[in-house]
Amino acid sequence: MNKQRQEKMAFAVLTVLMLIVVVPTLLIIGFIFVKGIGAINWGFLTEMPRKGMTEGGIFPAIVGTLYLVIGTIAFALPLGIGSAIYLTEYAKHGRLYRFIRLSILNLAGVPSVVYGLFGLGLFVLFLGFGSSILAGALTLGCLILPITITSSEEALKSVPRSYREASLALGATKWQTIYKVVLPHAMPGILTGAILGIGRAAGETAPILLTVAAFFLPRLPKSLFDQAMALPYHLYIISTQVPNMPEEVKYGTALVLLGIVSIFFAIANIVRFKFRKLSNL
Amino acid sequence: MFYNKERTFVMKELAMNLQNQESTKIVHRKSLKKGVKHRLGEFFIENIIKVLGVTAVVVVALIFIFLFQYGVKVFNDVSPAEFFFGRYWFPVSANPQYGILPIVAGSVMVTLGAIIISVPIGIGCAIYISEVANPKVKIYLKIIIEFLSAIPSVVLGFLGIIVLSNWVRIAFSLSSGFTVLTGSILVSLMAMPTIISISDDAISALPKEYKEASLALGATKWETIKNVLVPAASSGIIAAVMLGIGRAIGETMTVMMVTGNAAQIPTSFLMSGRTMTATIAAEMGDTVRNGTHYHALFAVGIVLLSMTTVINLIADRVLTKAKREGM
Repeated sequence: MNKQRQEKMAFAVLTVLMLIVVVPTLLIIGFIFVKGIGAINWGFLTEMPRKGMTEGGIFPAIVGTLYLVIGTIAFALPLGIGSAIYLTEYAKHGRLYRFIRLSILNLAGVPSVVYGLFGLGLFVLFLGFGSSILAGALTLGCLILPITITSSEEALKSVPRSYREASLALGATKWQTIYKVVLPHAMPGILTGAILGIGRAAGETAPILLTVAAFFLPRLPKSLFDQAMALPYHLYIISTQVPNMPEEVKYGTALVLLGIVSIFFAIANIVRFKFRKLSNL
Repeated sequence: MFYNKERTFVMKELAMNLQNQESTKIVHRKSLKKGVKHRLGEFFIENIIKVLGVTAVVVVALIFIFLFQYGVKVFNDVSPAEFFFGRYWFPVSANPQYGILPIVAGSVMVTLGAIIISVPIGIGCAIYISEVANPKVKIYLKIIIEFLSAIPSVVLGFLGIIVLSNWVRIAFSLSSGFTVLTGSILVSLMAMPTIISISDDAISALPKEYKEASLALGATKWETIKNVLVPAASSGIIAAVMLGIGRAIGETMTVMMVTGNAAQIPTSFLMSGRTMTATIAAEMGDTVRNGTHYHALFAVGIVLLSMTTVINLIADRVLTKAKREGM
């Protein structure tokens, strides 16, 4: 009897601990949504900011973030997939393999602001890109590299060995096997990782702060070498640096940012869920 | 219909091939040529893949090289003793001082607070998800936890300014709610997903027999968790905590927005503090390129990077050990 009561108590405590994490998470989402939805209208999403950003819309920040994200993924996805193919299909499990693994793990743990410093040193100054979309996208690309590599690797590993053997037995070369058999089957998993990476890149602020940062730029970027506004940085600026900023605009910006990240998150999970269903068949 | 037609065609072709030996020879020769071309293509592609394989190594190397290239220059103007043990970080005063002790202390305090909050809660959640929750709830919980890690840090910082700092100010009757504690609470939320998901993996990866044997001996579920599962998964849980620490110490935006950023050595969680990450992010914009301050910020980056690297290496060691022990 005593034991049973102890167990009940313990499970009750665990439930409370779980709620301590889950409730604030849902509250954060709900709070931003309720407070921000009033500010969202067509003008807010498609107009340039006016009067020191206190009026008008956040269009250039949205566009800037989209450009950054596209550049990021164009850089990180091929590298990530290539790296994963090497690790799963070609690499021998020796010292080099172990070293690459360790590097990936290490990359995943590098603080985002250090990526910013690195981007500033390499892309902005050394390669002379200046503060630009290109420098920012490359920096963010390095930042999400561990995500794309690891998820691609997992996806490749989940393709059954027999598929490869069947293809090789039919006379296909190793690369033909990878390209025509393994990759298509691993695609949903790879995409899931890529989309999660995009979500991460869209929300990062510190690297952008050091490599792209345009405080206020009421026009659209013209080229890769142009500075740009970006949503997370914009939210940082209007919530800390601009006095007399109307609350509504801040909540609206936060909601748009959270919305974009949520959309990527949702798509990634839908792809993942469908993929699981397929592979269970 | 079409299928039948095609099949008869193929069969005819095969029959002809069998009859006519010469034609098979020509086909063979053709495929040989093709084979050479494939082999060349294969050669190039395999080498490209091999180069791509070491991308991660290259990026890590570049990060270290570029941070060191700019960072070590600070020691031309500031002595290492002054830099590492100086108690004052006043980079823009008339008599600039570059002692990183206050900002290292700030980072340590915020991280310590975050870990004190998130470790018990995180491990509890991991146990709940892996052993207590029913499978349907489990999926939703996992999605919520993953979403928590996807919330941009700047959004949390924004809420920290508007909501949490007021709560802290009122709860402790302070003059300002921008304290180390405010930062710790928010950072604990960001470290939580790492701790929960890795601990959960460690517990879930344990062999079923552990649990079954314990239950068969008459232990309750809770006794099994407490006396068998958690001790058996302890290496994985320790690694999870280490990675959580790494996450917390590297957090930038949230901390910069809510800890008040006073460059002082915080002696209590209710004081304002400034972390290394916030220092880099906040001051980099105002520095003169290639000035002492500029190099000092890169050097702070090196210190930060060294800390997270060591933490990650230890976590990796512990995890590998855990796996070898039969996870």
